[in-house]
Amino acid sequence: MSIALTRRSTAGFALRWLWITPLVLVAALIAGTAIGETPIPVDTILKVLANQLLGADYAVDRIDAGIIWNYRLSRAVVAACCGTSLALAGVVLQALLRNPLADPYLMGISAGASTGAVAVAVAGLGAGALSLSLGAFVGALLAFGIVVMLAHAANSGVGGGRGVQAAGAIILAGIAGSQLFNALTAFIITKSASAEQARGIMFWLMGNLSGVRWADVTLAVPAALFGVLVCLWHRRSLDAFTFGADSAASMGIAVRPVRGMLIIAMALVTAVMVSIVGAIGFVGLVIPHAMRFIVGSQHTRLVPATALAGAVFLIGSDILSRTLIPGQVLPIGVITSLIGAPAFALILVRGKRS
Amino acid sequence: MQLTAQKLDWSVHGTPLLIDINLTVEPGQTFGLVGPNGSGKTSLLRLLAGLNKPKAGQVLMGSQPLHALKQRAIAQSIALVEQQADTTDRISVRDVVALGRTPFLTALRPWSTEDDAIVVQALVDVDMVHMADRLWHTLSGGERQRVHIARALAQQPKILLLDEPTNHLDIRHQLSILELVRQLPVTVIISLHDLNHAMECDRIGVMDGGRLVDSGPPKEVLTAFRLRQTFGVYADIFADPIDGSQMMRFRNAI
Repeated sequence: MSIALTRRSTAGFALRWLWITPLVLVAALIAGTAIGETPIPVDTILKVLANQLLGADYAVDRIDAGIIWNYRLSRAVVAACCGTSLALAGVVLQALLRNPLADPYLMGISAGASTGAVAVAVAGLGAGALSLSLGAFVGALLAFGIVVMLAHAANSGVGGGRGVQAAGAIILAGIAGSQLFNALTAFIITKSASAEQARGIMFWLMGNLSGVRWADVTLAVPAALFGVLVCLWHRRSLDAFTFGADSAASMGIAVRPVRGMLIIAMALVTAVMVSIVGAIGFVGLVIPHAMRFIVGSQHTRLVPATALAGAVFLIGSDILSRTLIPGQVLPIGVITSLIGAPAFALILVRGKRS
Repeated sequence: MQLTAQKLDWSVHGTPLLIDINLTVEPGQTFGLVGPNGSGKTSLLRLLAGLNKPKAGQVLMGSQPLHALKQRAIAQSIALVEQQADTTDRISVRDVVALGRTPFLTALRPWSTEDDAIVVQALVDVDMVHMADRLWHTLSGGERQRVHIARALAQQPKILLLDEPTNHLDIRHQLSILELVRQLPVTVIISLHDLNHAMECDRIGVMDGGRLVDSGPPKEVLTAFRLRQTFGVYADIFADPIDGSQMMRFRNAI
């Protein structure tokens, strides 16, 4: 028989290419640190890294060292974590809800984060004791909780518990919740914000990496790693949803707990990222589709590919946002959307044709 | 493996869809489920597969009640071929069939060559091995159905549930799938629309308005009275002059 007995082993495929991941990631991080208004040679970057991480004692310019260590590197690392997390959240939600338009903000997270941030920054909630990030995080979780309760109520009304209806209920609840919190945000801004505050908030809403420091890295890195590990651990469960929730159940997936756990995990990771850098759009929508197009929809390959592509894409977008207009930093969300929207259209058209 | 339903009740929004279903399918038997549209065949199969919990009564797999088992343990013994299950993912036939190994794999137990062999055998069984590398969205309805059956076979189930698996199939593949299913050394429960196909089952059950109104050997169950009463058709029943088996000729609807 001419049919090979060996399936093109997905595990083998992933392993063969996995070693590239850290190399590409490190290259992207170095690029993110080197490129900027003041270009810094790679050997200077390596020297500073050796000084900081290995206790070496190379002579480097103090200003260069400061830019590299305190400003650009931390920023690049957070951008990478953010890209990875948002893209993986997109993979998970698209797989579980069987909806190609699902993205990390579907569950009201960005809307809630905005409301929380605005409530702290503009309305003065917490009287200065709360930071903008904490306000955003609390807002994100609050909105997510409301969306989940809404979805649960809509779902239990159906009674049948059939997968399609459950996914539909979650999406509708997410839209309703997002609209509610967007309205609250607009209300607070209109009522109390000065023009300058409104401008600052808008900048934050589009995504802003300018304020990122090492303290943010210690939050972003564990969160992103947690997201990657959860997705890898559940890669087969995600595959099992290919033909919907009922089919997954018939292949032994405990649909409700697994789906609930994955959605909550991704919501938490997304909320952490949004609270650090604001709501960066399009990453969670475009990167998963682009990667499905390249490596297929098997999650053993899709999860590592998406994690890497998300990181590289956001580091690249950050570089562009800092260098496109000399002397001015664009909100990174502007870049991701400017690249993401046409890319998404292209994927859709090419996907239809093939 | 024996499959038993005891006093099953099931309702959605207060509308009863299944009422007091009692049923035992012996190991290795092929049990046909027939009945008009909306009589509860699909609902019953979903309960038997553990996808829905009955409002009352229980399903026994061997001697174990389904509700006491984990979904994964159920899936290691029971496979279900749904009536309509589709995807927009770009996925190959082989990878679809490989999904059937899900209940036997864990995050740490990787894919093995044994799994490969099971997948290929399942593809051979449904005559789809030559299309193993085709993408799902390029398949016809009948080919998709056969791939779904292969996916269920890759679960190596002891009990196989099929919801109208011959829909969309041309006559050759209808017969070959029925032949395959009958020869499998597992317990099979299959819902069918074609009553002449149902004649080939070991036993059949007739669903009507959520109740199992009759069950037994096909010849005893599918009488002219039953066809009139439950299916609303006038039919003549006579013996095939070639092999003497029972045939139905449907005349007209009531």
